[in-house]
Amino acid sequence: MSTPLFLIVFPLLISIILLFLKNNTARFGVVVTSFFVLSAASIFLAAEYFKSDMQFLTVPWEFTNHAILAAEILLSLYVLFTGIRNKQKLVTLFAVIQLLPLLWFEFKGPHIEIEHSFVVDRLSVVMALIIGIVGGIISIYSLGYMREFHEQHHKEYKDKRCFFFFVVFAFLGAMYGIVFSNNLRWLYFFWEITSVSSFLLIGYKGTTESIRNAFLALRLNLLGGIGFAAAIIFLQTRVGILELDKVMFSPKAIVLLPVALMCFAGLTKSAQLPFSKWLLGAMVAPSPVSALLHSSTMVKAGVYLILRFAGVLEGTLVGFMIALVGGVTFFICSCIAVSQSDAKKVLAYSTIANLGLIVLCAGLGTYEAVWAAILLIIFHAVAKCLLFLCVGVVEHKIHSRNIEDMAGLIITMPKLSIMMQIGMAGMFLAPFGMLISKWAVLQALVDYNPLLAIFVVFGSSVTLLYWVKWMGRLLTVVGKQDELEGTVHRTEWFSLSALALLTIGVCGFFPLVAHSLVEPYIEEIYHRTVDMGHGNITIMLIMLAMVALFPLSFFRYGKSVKVVDAYLAGANTPQGIDFYNSFNTSQQMHMTSYYMQEFFNEKKLLLTGIIVSTILILISVVSPVC
Amino acid sequence: MLRILFVVLYVIIAPLLGGLMAGIDRKITARLQGRVGPSIFQAFYDVLKLFEKETMVVRRSQNFYIVFSLILVIFTTGLFAWGANILLVIFALTLSSIFFVLGGFKASSPYSFIGSQRELIQIASYEPAVLLSAIGMYMVAHSFNIMTIFTCDKPLYIPLAGIVLAYLFILPIKLRKSPFDLSTSHHAHQELVKGITTEFSGKALAMIEITHWYETTIALGIVFLFFSSNILIGLLAAAAAYFLMIIIDNSFARVKWQKAFASSWLIALIFGVGNIILLSFLAN
Repeated sequence: MSTPLFLIVFPLLISIILLFLKNNTARFGVVVTSFFVLSAASIFLAAEYFKSDMQFLTVPWEFTNHAILAAEILLSLYVLFTGIRNKQKLVTLFAVIQLLPLLWFEFKGPHIEIEHSFVVDRLSVVMALIIGIVGGIISIYSLGYMREFHEQHHKEYKDKRCFFFFVVFAFLGAMYGIVFSNNLRWLYFFWEITSVSSFLLIGYKGTTESIRNAFLALRLNLLGGIGFAAAIIFLQTRVGILELDKVMFSPKAIVLLPVALMCFAGLTKSAQLPFSKWLLGAMVAPSPVSALLHSSTMVKAGVYLILRFAGVLEGTLVGFMIALVGGVTFFICSCIAVSQSDAKKVLAYSTIANLGLIVLCAGLGTYEAVWAAILLIIFHAVAKCLLFLCVGVVEHKIHSRNIEDMAGLIITMPKLSIMMQIGMAGMFLAPFGMLISKWAVLQALVDYNPLLAIFVVFGSSVTLLYWVKWMGRLLTVVGKQDELEGTVHRTEWFSLSALALLTIGVCGFFPLVAHSLVEPYIEEIYHRTVDMGHGNITIMLIMLAMVALFPLSFFRYGKSVKVVDAYLAGANTPQGIDFYNSFNTSQQMHMTSYYMQEFFNEKKLLLTGIIVSTILILISVVSPVC
Repeated sequence: MLRILFVVLYVIIAPLLGGLMAGIDRKITARLQGRVGPSIFQAFYDVLKLFEKETMVVRRSQNFYIVFSLILVIFTTGLFAWGANILLVIFALTLSSIFFVLGGFKASSPYSFIGSQRELIQIASYEPAVLLSAIGMYMVAHSFNIMTIFTCDKPLYIPLAGIVLAYLFILPIKLRKSPFDLSTSHHAHQELVKGITTEFSGKALAMIEITHWYETTIALGIVFLFFSSNILIGLLAAAAAYFLMIIIDNSFARVKWQKAFASSWLIALIFGVGNIILLSFLAN
């Protein structure tokens, strides 16, 4: 069996084993082994394919097609049944709208010969590496996290860990399916599996809130699925093509409408405005779920699809509208993130914003923009995942995920807070990953449309605001605090350290990553290369080295300085952190961050964003018809 | 080789120039207020004396951030002198400011904490205008390279008039001048004590001062770039901009941070973005 097929089938098999594995130790063994197998296989895949251009694979067509069709019908029936049982009219309706026409055209529509069912190129390799390594690391983290979740913190929820790991691994298989499928019908099937996995995991706790949010996510993702289904039917009846690579290289006029519809599906999956609400709701799920599905992998499937069609979108009105949706989303969600104090909400908004940046690039579709987009996908997947997992641990230890409560984390959880800072640095600081990408985005945008760069200019200014505010909160120490780090589970440590190293690694080796994977891909699609300039790369690496030297300064920790109490207007009590107030009683000092609510009001900004982006999306879908 | 020598010289001269300008500033300000004022070398005397003083801290690691802020601003100045990519220069400068802000947070005092928060808001206020300047320069000179922008024979300030205005508007923030000296001030009369620098003393405070001298030269260096088609006019423009800032400093009261943020964004949006829209229409 070839590596791509193995990567799809293996997690699916593991998921079934895990569904019936009740024993903690056995589960531990299976998950850890699968992590090693998956990441090794992904790396092997990279080694196997990074030198070659697009490669196709064929599988026994009849049998696989029937199996997938059967699975698809079962999945749709499950959604239909869930919708009816929970009296979710829209879910039921959406499920019916998708199922019936697809079945009809499968049996009655024109028969379309599929030449290649699967495709592997460097973009799939990049995605596969993210899914295998990052996804695998998160599944290991989940072992310890979910154990603590059920055994210590949330005894009120039913322990459904078998089910949890079943869904997680089924999801990983489906993700591989998405990035390797060339047959759009199959891609659509895997797409729907990820929607349903997301639904199941958001609703994992079984509380009213989580079930409500799970259905919200399902509704919006099914809405996107309708767009996808419509695109497939159009392609099948009018164009006679059902393969990804053929659509990518078809004349724009013929495939623009189906591509616009698939991009619509991509926008829902990537939680772009106006669909962003589901991703916020998804934050009720346990942290590993947020890390896996809602930041590093599943939401990337949306941008992956749009990125695949970047060549078709380039220079079209549809592409410009999609780029604008991304730009608006990036700006508005970055602004909203400033006003949030819930750590997971900040991460969620920042995820949506960064996906917006990727969509912006993909919609623009020029070779430089696509190059920047792929780099963004890589850096964001690693750094954001690290942050989610850190917040997960912090939440278990300090029983809050409010950023204000994380004050002094550098003392209470030193190692963890350092990892968190690495993650944040990776998200916004020069010269780390995201900033390299933002730089590339600006370079890419000004050449073709400086107007789009404006979103990046204003959006990235506020991005800095919320990250540094948070970082500063971790550093601010008031009084003596106890260490809380001792009880963090070893699987969690393993995952966090691995991701922290990975974040630093992809930043340090980014010229290598860009050179061996991203640039050849651009060369293959656009027949042009991106040149960052030798000097610029050197400058970035020097900056990285300088920041990396910062920890060295701790060798001088406390040397030749005199420690005094903070200045409290000269009214300090002997305790140092208290002061005498106007009643001459002692009072503790208290510091709270600025949230700039008067500028960045969540409701108002969201409303504006939703209105603007809805109009843009309508134009993008209607314009190819006119 | 000559280029490297130039960079080294520039990095040595820049703080001297910055310190001298700070001295001239104090002299002019004093004259505007009807005082005699200190010697124009006073800024150097102050800093030299600070190096002699005992360094007191609240948290033991707070000064490390200041050291790195200084190192990075020196690096930025070097990049500027080398004529590197202007976006990278801006990012490196931001990184230096962020280290400074983190130092303020680390000091864990209420005054430095609020100072840091306000410094952050200030960074977010001026960043759009600075980035728009880079984009504007790219659109005219077709390169982000400072070297290419510098050698571009077209006078940049004519097509980029709006952007120059937006940049001048935010210049008081970078130079810590009224009406935007929110996070810390040259003048010891604000409600935040010394804001972000409250808890820094001795060597650390001296380093903050030197960092600021470097920052002043970089901020004015960008003004120079706008006018650099003629080197003499460029230098005069930078000097005039600095003089303008001193006048503004002495004629305006400090505004609230809300106003500082909203007005800088508004000006950047109207004049900066407006200018870019106009340029891209003309280009088509």
